[in-house]
Amino acid sequence: MPADAASARPILELRGVSKYFGDLVALRRVELRVEPGDAVLLYGPNGAGKTTLLRTLAALSRPTEGEVLFNGEDIHRHAGLSKARVGFVSHATFLYGELTGRENLRFAGTLFGLDDLERRIDHALDLFAVRERASEPVRGLSRGLQQRVSLARAFLHDPDFLLLDEPFTGLDAASVKGLEAILGRLPGEGKAIIFSNHDFEQGVALARRLVALEGGRVRYDGPLSLAPLESLRITAGSKPRG
Amino acid sequence: MKKLFPPAVHLAVLAVWLTLALYLIFLYAPREATMGEVQRIFYIHFSSACTALLAYFFVFLGSMGYLWKRSRRADDFAYASAEVGFLFCCAVLVTGPLWAKPAWGIWWTWDARLTSTFILWLLYIAYLMLRSYVINPGRVEILASVVGVIGFVDAVIDYMAIRWWRTQHPQPVLGGGSGSGLDPRMWVTVFVTWGAFLCLFSYLVRQRMAMAEARRELVELRRELAA
Amino acid sequence: MRSLSVIWAVFVKDLRVEWRSRETLAPMCVFGLLVVFLFNFAFETAHEETLRLLPGLLWIAFAFSGILAFNRSFAAERENACLEGMLLAPIDPSAIFVGKLLANLVFLGVTEAVIVFASAVWYNFSFLPSLGAFALILFFGTLGYVALGTIFGGVAANTRMREVMLPVLQFPVAFWVLILGTDATSDALRGAARGDVARGVFRVAGVSLIFAVVSFLLFEYVLEE
Repeated sequence: MPADAASARPILELRGVSKYFGDLVALRRVELRVEPGDAVLLYGPNGAGKTTLLRTLAALSRPTEGEVLFNGEDIHRHAGLSKARVGFVSHATFLYGELTGRENLRFAGTLFGLDDLERRIDHALDLFAVRERASEPVRGLSRGLQQRVSLARAFLHDPDFLLLDEPFTGLDAASVKGLEAILGRLPGEGKAIIFSNHDFEQGVALARRLVALEGGRVRYDGPLSLAPLESLRITAGSKPRG
Repeated sequence: MKKLFPPAVHLAVLAVWLTLALYLIFLYAPREATMGEVQRIFYIHFSSACTALLAYFFVFLGSMGYLWKRSRRADDFAYASAEVGFLFCCAVLVTGPLWAKPAWGIWWTWDARLTSTFILWLLYIAYLMLRSYVINPGRVEILASVVGVIGFVDAVIDYMAIRWWRTQHPQPVLGGGSGSGLDPRMWVTVFVTWGAFLCLFSYLVRQRMAMAEARRELVELRRELAA
Repeated sequence: MRSLSVIWAVFVKDLRVEWRSRETLAPMCVFGLLVVFLFNFAFETAHEETLRLLPGLLWIAFAFSGILAFNRSFAAERENACLEGMLLAPIDPSAIFVGKLLANLVFLGVTEAVIVFASAVWYNFSFLPSLGAFALILFFGTLGYVALGTIFGGVAANTRMREVMLPVLQFPVAFWVLILGTDATSDALRGAARGDVARGVFRVAGVSLIFAVVSFLLFEYVLEE
């Protein structure tokens, strides 16, 4: 795709991606393409492969078959190609309990090779209103606060693609509103967000595109407004079966 | 390979060769002057040792093949060689004392050969244990390959270094005369037996690799069914 | 060069985490001292014999203490998937190896100093005359041992019985580092000819460097998901 490589818009793609863990098929021939400005809700029952898909996009998981492409190039052939432009938030916080929030962010920033690090750290901490507690060891913070530090970590390098695996879990109502506001702004700023959420209604508020996953397969990939909810067995306002 | 030398033919050749080797060991090779009939076990001991060593080299080759090309067959080869090689290594450690006790009066000594073989045995165990205990089935091949390569580097250092070390710390050497003053009939027996063991090794490895291949097909079928 | 700053960051981070949690160094030192202590009672010997056994004893104590460090090194990363957190960044996985290796070197080095000091007191043995050679032997031997321990720690972290898997992997392979270290130490401590001692140092250094290089090259495969 030479044309895209030449343009300034980065594109993240999965092409024919399958992922097996022994017998278990986590992903089955998944095709997906994400561009700046996308706001994607990844939805499906437990075990559908949402986490695996996000991890594959984040280059944490190598596909058994198929390719992960960043601007048309296989990210596993050129190490680190996509990592500088992708942020990932998961159930695990990626934080060292003994270190303070600030120290954790400083460490991450050094790994990402960021300059002007202290200013970026302040900005990220402010974004999630966690600056006052950032000088305490993370171990002593509540789950919700840890989550917010983890989010700050993901935002530190100003990624174009933000991947979030159930980001609202463990947050109180105020934090949820705050996160929704932040995430809602991003597509307009030329970023892309892909997040999984078991609460469909909450996801709908943020997303414009739906990728419905089941049994490792993409059942639907398109505008949220046009999604055939019934055939996808999605009832707005309820938790999924399975 | 399968068409030219099908398993049935391989098995037949193996049976003939082993029979020939046994004949040579027990009936053809002359009675050893000092140790008597017990010395005959040396042929099995020596052949097992050479095979066990070669097998670990194959583990190394297979591991490198996997690391370089992610070749499933290379990994099968490494794993099969490890399993079969381990058996031969056990045979060495069993036949050694069985020979040593009647011949020299001691079960064991930490001489160059036996120490190296024991370490090789431990390396086999490390490799096989690792393959059984890795949690994520998608990662077992690459982790085993890393261990296979490091283990081989160690085995090489082993066999080179132990000679030096044992000249520093002399111990009674078992089988001192195995290379010297062998009757030509004994040499023939040695070679035929070694050949038979290699034939056995290759047959077992081949069958083991076929099993691995079959298991993979089964897993793929299961994956398709789960769709 | 960015890799250097990554290595330094990982190294400092490991030290800092240990400084705050104190879960590695203290147990290592205690364990090492216990080994020396038990040895003293298991082998009730006269002074001359003790000196003959001292090198072996020291290296066994180092070996067992080291195992504690290697297990912990990756256990700490597992808690919040921190290892994955590091891999989210565009870094060379080998930088993680070197950073952790340096941290483990510090931990085992401090432990060794404690063990040597205790042995000097308990056995009334002075290491000072041979300190230079002894320090060199310790450094190279520890380097090789820690390199293997770091990569095997990473391998074992992926297994079900990781506390058992690590020694099973480590000891057959690190055997030569330990033996050569013991021999060289023995030569150095009893004041053998300089040529002999130098040869001993070179042997330990040679084997250790081989293992260090091999471990360094293979580590990225251990992290590959």
